[in-house]
Amino acid sequence: MSGLRVSWQGALASCLALVAAFLLPIASPDAAFAAHGVSMFVAFMAIGLVWIAAIVDGSRVGPAARAAVLFLAAHGMVWLLLSEIGDRNGVARSSFFVLLAAAWLLAWRLATVLSSIRFAGRTADTMMRLLVPALFGAWILIIWEAVVRGAGIPFILLPPPSAIGARIAGSVPILAADVYQTIFKAVLTGYVLGCAAGFVVAILADRFLFLRRGLMPIGNMVSALPIIGVAPIMVMWFGFDWQSKAAVVVIMTFFPMLVNTVAGLAASGHMERDLMRTYASSYSQTLTKLRLPAAAPFIFNALKINSTLALIGAIVAEFFGTPIVGMGFRISTEIGRMNVDMVWAEIAVAALAGSVFYGVVALLERAVTFWHPSIRGG
Amino acid sequence: MTDAVVAASRLGLTFQTNDGPVEALSNVDLTIGKGEFVSFIGPSGCGKTTFLRVIADLEQPTAGTIAVNGMSPEMARKARAYGYVFQAAALYPWRTIERNVALPLEIMGISAAEQRERIKRTLDLVNLTGFEKKYPWQLSGGMQQRASIARALAFDADLLLMDEPFGALDEIVRDHLNEQLLVLWARTQKTICFVTHSIPEAVYLSTKIVVMSPRPGRVTDVIESTLPKERPLDIRESPEFLAIAHRVREGLRAGHSYED
Repeated sequence: MSGLRVSWQGALASCLALVAAFLLPIASPDAAFAAHGVSMFVAFMAIGLVWIAAIVDGSRVGPAARAAVLFLAAHGMVWLLLSEIGDRNGVARSSFFVLLAAAWLLAWRLATVLSSIRFAGRTADTMMRLLVPALFGAWILIIWEAVVRGAGIPFILLPPPSAIGARIAGSVPILAADVYQTIFKAVLTGYVLGCAAGFVVAILADRFLFLRRGLMPIGNMVSALPIIGVAPIMVMWFGFDWQSKAAVVVIMTFFPMLVNTVAGLAASGHMERDLMRTYASSYSQTLTKLRLPAAAPFIFNALKINSTLALIGAIVAEFFGTPIVGMGFRISTEIGRMNVDMVWAEIAVAALAGSVFYGVVALLERAVTFWHPSIRGG
Repeated sequence: MTDAVVAASRLGLTFQTNDGPVEALSNVDLTIGKGEFVSFIGPSGCGKTTFLRVIADLEQPTAGTIAVNGMSPEMARKARAYGYVFQAAALYPWRTIERNVALPLEIMGISAAEQRERIKRTLDLVNLTGFEKKYPWQLSGGMQQRASIARALAFDADLLLMDEPFGALDEIVRDHLNEQLLVLWARTQKTICFVTHSIPEAVYLSTKIVVMSPRPGRVTDVIESTLPKERPLDIRESPEFLAIAHRVREGLRAGHSYED
């Protein structure tokens, strides 16, 4: 066994497991609950898992086998630890957190091993590149869950992810109605109108000098308007329904699009513009064949910035008066009723929707500006 | 005036800069006949590129007169009288090579069938057949510059203006492209104005060499080449070639002497 090369994560996890062995039991004993012997058995199983994983990881087996063992050990340990807590929140003792740290180190090691695996196939390689961030995300939730339940953090301050997940699963119709109201009505309408208006005004400002001189400072001022101040006024103007939220989104998305498009239209090089001049190209020909394609990276920048701004704008605007549906409405009312799990559920859905929105725009960007050095990679 | 492609008389151009006026061109008298290959050579700031840009109506002269094909440069530009090749290829990265060559044709409203035919012909002329579907950034610098020459040739203007087109390329590629350019010139019978820094390049390519000097930018010598039209690369070792090169060097030195 001269070939045993234990990683530092493995070595540290083993040491932590050893420390944990002296700090047992994992949870404060509960006379009415589990027998002491069972509890000790679970604890030693968890400690054993750490050592097995560290030794297998240090041996000469292939990376796939090591990854499998690390995966089973890290997640098996967490499962053992959490089942030991059960529904008795806040009974964890120090060995619980020491073992949690050991499990987390094994997961870290797992991510390292996974990152080093190379696949010949394109799809397999893509899967692998998705697996590591998925593991990262999962472990944020796992540690959140374990710390909240182990330390007994009050539900009102931070509910465990399992409770939030259960709330999402149990409220699908409400969440779907909120998403439809806020995202598909207010955000998308406002986004399309705001971006289109910013784009058109940018073209006009480029064409007519007096507009550029006169409009850009006003556009600057509009961008500085506080959304908290604008939202109630929009509600007064356009009513309680989604139209007022779309108006807020228009105001928020207009300016980034205007500034970026104006900057993008100036981005084409002198030589390229001289070239168009030698062809006696008209203004509109130069615009469509040179300046707009050259501006595309700037325009997509604005589209990406606006995809997140639009969501924020619509949700905040709903705090100032809505019909009884919508993500912002739900957040503001459920927090008042101390239903924090519902608030968190809305936050999770909003984060997911925002990521999908951003992702779609980013994919579109890759397809359209494939030629740009930042995308073709050189 | 009928067969003069470019006729400049007492041409001057003064740029107004923050450091006061700069005389980029002063009293330039020059006539370029049809089918000539004229090189402009001189140190930086001698106005050779400026002169080319005046022909192309990219700069406006402040004194004297200039006619291109017997009309004003602006009219000539609007009549698409010339193709311009810049120092860099300036290909549009979002277009394939064939769409880049098609760019002037699209702007000039030429039919799709005619476009296809011309793209094929000009890409063949610069030896880029087979690279139609590639993007510019997938090609080497020399190939990019050849594609930009194809683009300038695509709409069949009789005058080709080339502003140090091979300046950014290495010696070996440059030799090769010079040779190809001469073949192309012989095949197309175009008039070429060619700006360069390199004495061998100017002597090898030209029927007429215009030596210029700076401050103010002016023509110090015009040398009619006595080399035959057929020029293999090793003509550059012949005594005749070296004699012309010597005269060019003398001209450049004369333009500089008053500074030292």
